[in-house]
Amino acid sequence: MSNPYAKLPAWAEYGLIPLINLVVAFLVAGLVVLLVGENPLNAAYHMINGAFGRGEYIGFTLYYATTFIFTGLSVAVAFHAGLFNIGSEGQAYIGGIGVALACLWLDKTMPWFVVFPLAIIGSAAFGAMWAFLPGWLQAKRGSHVVITTIMFNFIAASLMVYLLTRVLKPLGQMAPQTRTFEAGGQLPKLDWLMSIFGLNLGNSPFNVSFLLALLAAFGVWVLIWRTKLGYEMRTMGHSPSAARYAGIGEARITVIVMMISGGLAGMMALNPIMGEQYRMQLDFVQGAGFVGIAVALMGRSHPAGIIPAAVLFGMLYQGGAEIAFEMPSISRDMIVIIQGLVILFAGALENMFRPAIGRAFAGIGRRSAVAAQTRGA
Amino acid sequence: MSDIAIELRGIDKSFGLVHANKNINLTVRKGTIHGIIGENGAGKSTLMSILYGFYQADKGDIIIDGKTVTIKDPNAAIASGIGMVHQHFMLVENFTVLENVMLGAEESQILNTSISKARVELKRLEKEYALEVNPDALIEQLPVGLQQRVEILKALYRKADILILDEPTGVLTPPEADHLFRILGQLKDQGKTIIFITHKLREIMAITDEVSVMRRGEMVATRKTKETSVEELAELMVGRRVLLRVEKGAANPGEVKLAVENLTVRDGRGVTMVDNVSFNLRAGEIVGIAGVAGNGQSELLEAISGIRRAVSGKVLLNGKPIDVTGHVDPRELRDRGLGHVPEDRHHVGLVLKFEEAENGILGYHHEKRFLNGVFLNTKAIQADAEEKIKKYDIRPPNPRLKTANFSGGNQQKIVLAREMERGPDVLIIGQPTRGVDVGAIEFIHKRIIEMRDQGMAVLLVSVELDEIRALSDRIIVMFAGGVVGERDPDATEGELGLLMAGVEGRKEAAE
Repeated sequence: MSNPYAKLPAWAEYGLIPLINLVVAFLVAGLVVLLVGENPLNAAYHMINGAFGRGEYIGFTLYYATTFIFTGLSVAVAFHAGLFNIGSEGQAYIGGIGVALACLWLDKTMPWFVVFPLAIIGSAAFGAMWAFLPGWLQAKRGSHVVITTIMFNFIAASLMVYLLTRVLKPLGQMAPQTRTFEAGGQLPKLDWLMSIFGLNLGNSPFNVSFLLALLAAFGVWVLIWRTKLGYEMRTMGHSPSAARYAGIGEARITVIVMMISGGLAGMMALNPIMGEQYRMQLDFVQGAGFVGIAVALMGRSHPAGIIPAAVLFGMLYQGGAEIAFEMPSISRDMIVIIQGLVILFAGALENMFRPAIGRAFAGIGRRSAVAAQTRGA
Repeated sequence: MSDIAIELRGIDKSFGLVHANKNINLTVRKGTIHGIIGENGAGKSTLMSILYGFYQADKGDIIIDGKTVTIKDPNAAIASGIGMVHQHFMLVENFTVLENVMLGAEESQILNTSISKARVELKRLEKEYALEVNPDALIEQLPVGLQQRVEILKALYRKADILILDEPTGVLTPPEADHLFRILGQLKDQGKTIIFITHKLREIMAITDEVSVMRRGEMVATRKTKETSVEELAELMVGRRVLLRVEKGAANPGEVKLAVENLTVRDGRGVTMVDNVSFNLRAGEIVGIAGVAGNGQSELLEAISGIRRAVSGKVLLNGKPIDVTGHVDPRELRDRGLGHVPEDRHHVGLVLKFEEAENGILGYHHEKRFLNGVFLNTKAIQADAEEKIKKYDIRPPNPRLKTANFSGGNQQKIVLAREMERGPDVLIIGQPTRGVDVGAIEFIHKRIIEMRDQGMAVLLVSVELDEIRALSDRIIVMFAGGVVGERDPDATEGELGLLMAGVEGRKEAAE
């Protein structure tokens, strides 16, 4: 049999299996907490409470989730065309230039809703440009994007250090960052959205770029499943030989997809730069590009999966910070371990429980079929 | 000691919801050749995999030599005296024959000791069963027929008394197949038991003593070969009467639609796969290209359809040249009236993870009828798929179903419907019925002839000589990349077989 796994109903495929993976990840994480001599239930409480306990905490969780939706979508779009874009990190970083330039140029004269669209275009354009080169190198020169995008992450980091220490830093300032933006470079927070649910946003930086992220998720869905380009991308992703047979230009799709992927990664920069810090700082991406890989894996590269996966990782970030604060013997690195376990079980080992679940379903299916037969007779 | 080598009692196996083997009973007598025949997906391979320890049966007993045995892995099967010759050889290409034979059955931790012991044993086996092959030859330098012999030696080296051969003739020329049958006859005379799995009725009739027929996971009948007929077996396999040979009228060839002139194609390593090939294809005729797999037919199709770049030569489609040595866009060729049913439908002709309807537009997805601007016109795509499902009797009739869940025959119908319904001037078809069940073969053959009668020019490549002879109006034989002869469809099988083996062709070329 070519397919050893029985086909599962959709709710089991997209709901049950990720849930089981997640539960197992948390159980193992609990063991780790136990090993350092802390109470895992206590840690779980701080994690949940820290992520969802108050309006402010929820705001932080969703703020992180916004970032991860962008990078998750970036990785997912490339996945669909069979490309593994590890460069979302660098593309997001470079995307920041587009945001910063728009803000530095117009923040004193224009309101945010004029600057925001320009910043969106700028961030997407800079991110796309940074992804164009690896895409082009793969399409025309056969250099694998996995390798080139990793290298481009380093180049991006060096370039940004140069720009932030030499070019974009105001004279006489010590910190490697741009000047703080005026009102035009500051995105409004989503207090009104939170207050619908009777929550108070407090100090959290939850802002309108969250809505843009949701819009982008919808756009990615339309792109992949409802457009000709998406059809060509998926054909190439599933079977390059079928794409060649169908006359779908591999080079063209590779370059376009990498640019869309880079553009989405670049838009991530809007959230921290215009939504929280109101300036571009060194290393503002903070690994979100890599988290995007895990988010895309866990969300099965589907926007409807990426959003909850991004919220989950937002929770791990926000709740994890809370654990580190409340339980000093659990260091920040321990939180990284827990995040790593989630990635391990949800991503790398995603099929571990599938055979057993498949068998269970087959058993139920057969029993009910037999029951139906006996009833019929 | 009984005279029964293997008995299977009530073997049952399910994969999820697929019931692959239903309560199978089978008795194989010692010293006989027992054929197992059935369509693709009938459960033959599953049953043999259970016997060889790849899978465990959910229920049932395996009795070998009167003893009930549990076969939990291939090692246990080997220990019980079962050897298997796989359809796709399990040989290490850059090892010698000797190294391959002893691989995994080394006598000692020290390589030299193992090699010298194995050499002695191999010599003895070769002599005993008349299976000569140079023990120091590299596998990759041996022709396919000899590679298969190495597989048989491997099984004998492991002291197999029962040999299972899974579709062994698929890769052989007719003369090589005849040779294999002689070897099997000798093995039988030496007291070995042979289980011979195939979907070719002719082979069953030629060499087996008894034959068991499987259909949809069930063992439907066992017959003494002498007391049955091809017609009866075919009916048992399919469950209804089938036409083994389609009827067709005389061809009515028109103008030349496809002209191939001095086409030469090399593969990725620079080996010449198609060597200076020329032929014409006219409207309203079917030209069959016969040849053993790997003699350049695949590359020829790929070059004509624009998937592979040719080194030199010319191809004219409807009188206008295709830039086969430069950049060819398969999309442009489709627009110019070339339909292509590729040999490998799993990796080329279809995207198995797509829904049926999505595959229905592969290669034609740029056409206006399937688009609304840059968006896919899902309604039109769906309607188109439903129409083709009806016309080609594709089952299950569900355009939203993943293509991987269709049977081989229905997958092939999806490709055929897509390529034929567009009404191309030239249709090139590779292996139209590979992995397709007998019932669907009949349908596909009829459609191909209908297309011809409507004036389409059809170029057919198949490794099934019977198929080539049944459908073609002219037969071109390829060997080692070159055309070695052209024959009428009423040429005898022996004549074509010699051409395919390169025997006649060399003479012809020399004259």
